[in-house]
Amino acid sequence: MSIFIDEKTPMIVQGFTGKIGSFHAQDMIDYGSNIVGGVTPGKGGGTHLQRPVFNTVREAVEQEGAEASIIFVPPAFAADSIMEAAEAGIKYCVSITDGIPTQDMMKVKQFLRKFPADKRMVLTGPNCAGTISPGKSMLGIMPGHIYAQGVVGIVGRSGTLGYEAADQMKALGIGVSTSVGIGGDPINGSSHRDIFEKFEQDDETKVVLMIGEIGGPQEVDAGVFSSKQMNKPVIAYIAGLTAPKGRRMGHAGAIISSAGESAAEKVEMLQDLGVIIAPTPSAMGETVARVLAKL
Amino acid sequence: MDIHEYQAKEILAAYGVKIADGGLAYSPEDAVQRAREIGGDVWAVKAQIHSGARGKAGGVKICKSHEEVEAAADAMLGRRLVTHQTGPEGKICLRLYIEAGTNIAKELYFSLLVDRAHESIIMVGSAEGGMDIEDLAENSPEKIKKIQIDPAVGLLDFQAREMAFALGLEPSQISPAVKLISGCYRAMRDLDANMIEINPLIVTGGSGKLMIMDAKMGFDDNALFRRQKVAELRDKTQEDKREMAAADRGLSYVGLGGDIGCMINGAGLAMATMDMIKLAGGEPANFLDVGGGASAERTEKAFRLVLADDGVKAMLVNIFAGINRCDWIAEGVVHAVKKINMKIPLIVRLSGTNVEEGRKIIEESGLPIITATTLAEAAEKAVAARNEQVAKEAEGAA
Repeated sequence: MSIFIDEKTPMIVQGFTGKIGSFHAQDMIDYGSNIVGGVTPGKGGGTHLQRPVFNTVREAVEQEGAEASIIFVPPAFAADSIMEAAEAGIKYCVSITDGIPTQDMMKVKQFLRKFPADKRMVLTGPNCAGTISPGKSMLGIMPGHIYAQGVVGIVGRSGTLGYEAADQMKALGIGVSTSVGIGGDPINGSSHRDIFEKFEQDDETKVVLMIGEIGGPQEVDAGVFSSKQMNKPVIAYIAGLTAPKGRRMGHAGAIISSAGESAAEKVEMLQDLGVIIAPTPSAMGETVARVLAKL
Repeated sequence: MDIHEYQAKEILAAYGVKIADGGLAYSPEDAVQRAREIGGDVWAVKAQIHSGARGKAGGVKICKSHEEVEAAADAMLGRRLVTHQTGPEGKICLRLYIEAGTNIAKELYFSLLVDRAHESIIMVGSAEGGMDIEDLAENSPEKIKKIQIDPAVGLLDFQAREMAFALGLEPSQISPAVKLISGCYRAMRDLDANMIEINPLIVTGGSGKLMIMDAKMGFDDNALFRRQKVAELRDKTQEDKREMAAADRGLSYVGLGGDIGCMINGAGLAMATMDMIKLAGGEPANFLDVGGGASAERTEKAFRLVLADDGVKAMLVNIFAGINRCDWIAEGVVHAVKKINMKIPLIVRLSGTNVEEGRKIIEESGLPIITATTLAEAAEKAVAARNEQVAKEAEGAA
């Protein structure tokens, strides 16, 4: 097992024929992802990278049985593409696109809620590096080779910091079941907690590493969930211990807006909830190794 | 993106929100002229800077004669006002808003914000405005009313009424308050604002009218592409020069006041690297995210941006290449160092795609670049190099 995607999951690329979409689609195909086609409105009927191009997501679902989708559509149109995927019956969607207006994301979240829970598409991102189940499938833009296959589930907001964690682990001989990027935007498809739920149910995942940041309540919410409803150990690193209050550090999400949202406060609350803290970003790998050794 | 008080008031007035008579002035003579046009015998002269708490910084003055208006305008124009929101360098005041003085019976607080936790717009109000709302929120949270707005249906009248009653208004003031609240909400929704703050919202003495006394609006940068008129309100004199230069080049820069310059890809890794520098005993000079496609040209621009800060004593480059490739970054770094003639130590840590090729390029360049393989090593070497540089400069000075 793994979560969201494996070697069989039929996937499509929305924004397939564009420069960025093409580049990463090829990269995913090379990794072994089961890319069954793509969507570019107006280019339906043709082929691209030896795969069919569709005008709509619905056609891709009906004709190729697509279950997962990745979005490279420009920010002005990305929210619409996400909702199109949800309506067409896609089960899992990754939005790589960053810069989607906040009010568009509010609309997307509202739209997703209209589906009953068992028919509701899971969205991760926007503004993320995607999801990878190492050795099986990649639905994202990460360098696949830095991830070893294994038992650690990773969830994080940041792309490159997630790479850093995977790299540290690989150097110590530790592999990953699935790594999920939830993105740095203030309003995102799935929270740390949502991904925790999936990891708790996944047989292959033995421990979970959360890579969080200053700002927002999501890390602590996930900690509360893990303390009450998870049996698997959770390790966390929170970036931004030295970030000055109130300054914006690139991610729209990384804004300290109220009490409990600074990195130090988050670390303290997570510790109280039984989460094991990686004290520094260079200690993510060794902290995971220590926890694994005790299992 | 933030805008000025007068711009926010103009926008809100178009949505039916009541504001006092006022006008913009660029000189003391202008200010007096505006006061004449407005009439009456009391005026407020207000510095237009992108910051709250202007009053305490001498940015708001109540004047009772044209001479006082002129003197107040003269004192404010061209000055840098320092508030707790501007940072120590302050913000320059180049525009004034002259407003008719108003007799205030009551000061209330009202705002609309994006609520991350509930993924919706939230309305916040209090019968106790004017004072520091953050203190009130901390010490007397029961005095603050919060109402979520469902994005599917928008603000409902009963919610606006509920807020109006929570503000402690009289029955006769409820209907105008609902109009004001829904006007603010429509402006927020229509223009992709992410914040509207009215503090204070006032009840005038005698007639008991509702009026907005100060207004702040912030906009979603990601939505400016479809809000051309809002984008035109940008005032670059209010923004940090280096941050702006960075943004114009597609880089994300925040000055932090330390002396170890940083160039990193990805906001999360950038924050983590800054944490490591601090743990190693150093202070980062800046946050700089060069993003995904770091070309040689972009790398050079990033170097120039970091080195434009005279206080920088050492520079750390930390790149984890995903879409990027380490060999491209290495070429960019070598190119930049040669072109710029760097006088301070440079520490480079590369990881990820094509790392071996990247390291080789740095090694074979013959440049005095200090390399590191891990994050911890990079931070420690950066701090050590910074200390050496400081000692060397002290020696040179002596």
